[in-house]
Amino acid sequence: MELFLQLTLAGLAIGSIYSCVALSVVMVYQASDHFNFAQGEMAMFSTYIAWTFLGMGAPIWLSFVLAVALSFLAGVVIERLLVKPVEDAPILNQIMVFIGLLVIFNNMAGWIWEFTIKPFPSLFPADFGFKSSLIGPHHMGVIGLTLLVLLLVFCFFRFTRVGLAMRAAAANPDSARLVGVSVGWMLALGWGLAAAIGAVGGILVAPIVYLEPNMMAGVLLYGFAGALLGGITSPGGAVLGGLIIGVLENWVGGYVPGGSELKLTFALILIIAVLLFKPAGLFGRVVVKRV
Amino acid sequence: MRISTFVTSVAATLLLTASASAQTVGVTDTSIKIGNTNPYSGPASVYSSIGKTIVAYFKAVNADGGINGRTIDLISLDDSYSPPRTVEQVRKLVEQEKVAFLFQTLGTPTNSAIHRYVNAKKVPHIFVATGASKWGQPEKYPWTIGYQPTYDVEGGIYANYALANVKNPKIAILFQNDDYGKDYRDGFLQGLGDRADELVVKMLPYEVTDPTIDSQILELAASGANVFFNITIPKFAAQAIKKSCEINWKPLHLLNNVSSSVKSTLVPAGLECSKGLITAQFMKDPTDPQWADSAGFKEWSAWMEKNMPNADRGDILYAYAYNVSKLLHMMLNGCDDLSRPGIMACATNLKDVELPMLIPGIKVNTSPTDFYPIEAEQLSEFDGEKWVLFGDVIDLSR
Repeated sequence: MELFLQLTLAGLAIGSIYSCVALSVVMVYQASDHFNFAQGEMAMFSTYIAWTFLGMGAPIWLSFVLAVALSFLAGVVIERLLVKPVEDAPILNQIMVFIGLLVIFNNMAGWIWEFTIKPFPSLFPADFGFKSSLIGPHHMGVIGLTLLVLLLVFCFFRFTRVGLAMRAAAANPDSARLVGVSVGWMLALGWGLAAAIGAVGGILVAPIVYLEPNMMAGVLLYGFAGALLGGITSPGGAVLGGLIIGVLENWVGGYVPGGSELKLTFALILIIAVLLFKPAGLFGRVVVKRV
Repeated sequence: MRISTFVTSVAATLLLTASASAQTVGVTDTSIKIGNTNPYSGPASVYSSIGKTIVAYFKAVNADGGINGRTIDLISLDDSYSPPRTVEQVRKLVEQEKVAFLFQTLGTPTNSAIHRYVNAKKVPHIFVATGASKWGQPEKYPWTIGYQPTYDVEGGIYANYALANVKNPKIAILFQNDDYGKDYRDGFLQGLGDRADELVVKMLPYEVTDPTIDSQILELAASGANVFFNITIPKFAAQAIKKSCEINWKPLHLLNNVSSSVKSTLVPAGLECSKGLITAQFMKDPTDPQWADSAGFKEWSAWMEKNMPNADRGDILYAYAYNVSKLLHMMLNGCDDLSRPGIMACATNLKDVELPMLIPGIKVNTSPTDFYPIEAEQLSEFDGEKWVLFGDVIDLSR
């Protein structure tokens, strides 16, 4: 029983991080209809930015806020400078841009900060007042903060004018433009938000997997699986998808014989199964396109 | 009798002409051309510090006048740790650049991909940067020679240690699911002997693509093991140490040498959690304060200061690369016959060579039948600050 609880809680914690990545993947997909393959590397880069602030003596929460804010700006700038020009280009061109970004961020990080792993401090105090061998304080904090981020994102879309405009731009660009919404900027804003949420994920995962240029590679894959499972059009679904993947992954590792060899296989099978049988995911809406 | 003399002299003449023509490949009176591949990009780029150091080393040698009047023309190419690219780059080195030999090509899968090719081409493939056991097969692959102690033998050391020091050992093993992990695992299991099945209570693999190995550690701990053999690369080793500390699992923790660096593994894992770890070592860890005053460390440190002032000296790979470069330097220095067979002969006749960053007492020895240059290690235990060597240097020569 103890093992079951430990596996589940650890799964929820790592699942929260998949959720952050899944959520940012969904944001970009909503905005520009594409998977951003560089999402993970952008998050990794943001984490290095936070690490740099830390090195300059900034306290951890300040570094966190600064890195997330800078990532937001960077996301907007990337959309304006790199993604917008290929907006109407064939899909392969766009994918090349994303893959290019992935490689550029990865190598740039290695070049600037070297490839050795770096310890990254937790955002949360080591002592929450109670101690448990079931879950560490950082893992607990990760789950809490992710839920908070989700709540904020939800409120933003539900209760603010900008959120409404963004939803309009994603759902029906032409009508949105007619009622005066600047669709282009809404897309850029989507990219910025995605980058910011990704940064949160990166900073949360770094204390667990350590900071290094390849730290997000595996996470991104599971994030994709989470996004697809929950529904690529549904932010809430993506979060839930990430959590489910995290927990299932641990259960498979723990209880299926030979399971730790199959964790990744399992995520990939899940991706394929969702695409085959329920392409819209658990919570996504079915998109019908006129041709 | 006469016939055999005749045959011998013909053979000798043939050999001489062969070596005379071979001598021209990559070697002139003023230069020696050497090829190398290294992952300067891609997932294993952490090892690029090795390539950079080797290049810097021979640049410095050239600045000092080269080796016996010859400058070293070292061509180091990026293979991104991808075997097909290694094949492509090595072909380029051998067929276009016409290098005399290959040195320190890095990686187990990458070297496996060119193993047959270089042996068919009879190109010396010297001191490869991998600890797999397959680089020491003089009969089958006479042109390839290893460098560092092999993983399987090191695994055996840990097995002996666990058997001798733990009453009723119940053993858990975590290993990377590839050649490297399996070499260590198999050497360890072999060391346990017939009782291996009964002693190992849980054995789990992980993939390099796994974001974390938390669930593996939870499971291994739940097996009730009192010995844990940790066969992981630094990132996962640090995770494993930290996680087992977090859940209060305190077995005899045997850590493979691959991840023994204080700075890259133990500091990220937490020094307090790292107390009591056991590893086998053959090199001086540059972050370990006990070596700071040794002559070898000072030599290396001064060289780094002069030639690579901006590099992070806590990274043991710089010391690793300095050692092996120095070994090649010394070897070429004493090598009169620079034909390809001659170079191979020099590489396989090294006697008691000492290198600055090897643990005192560990020396390089090779012979025409022994293609394993370094075959000794010493056990050490981490005391919360540094590795404390104990016992004798264990010589594993086979």
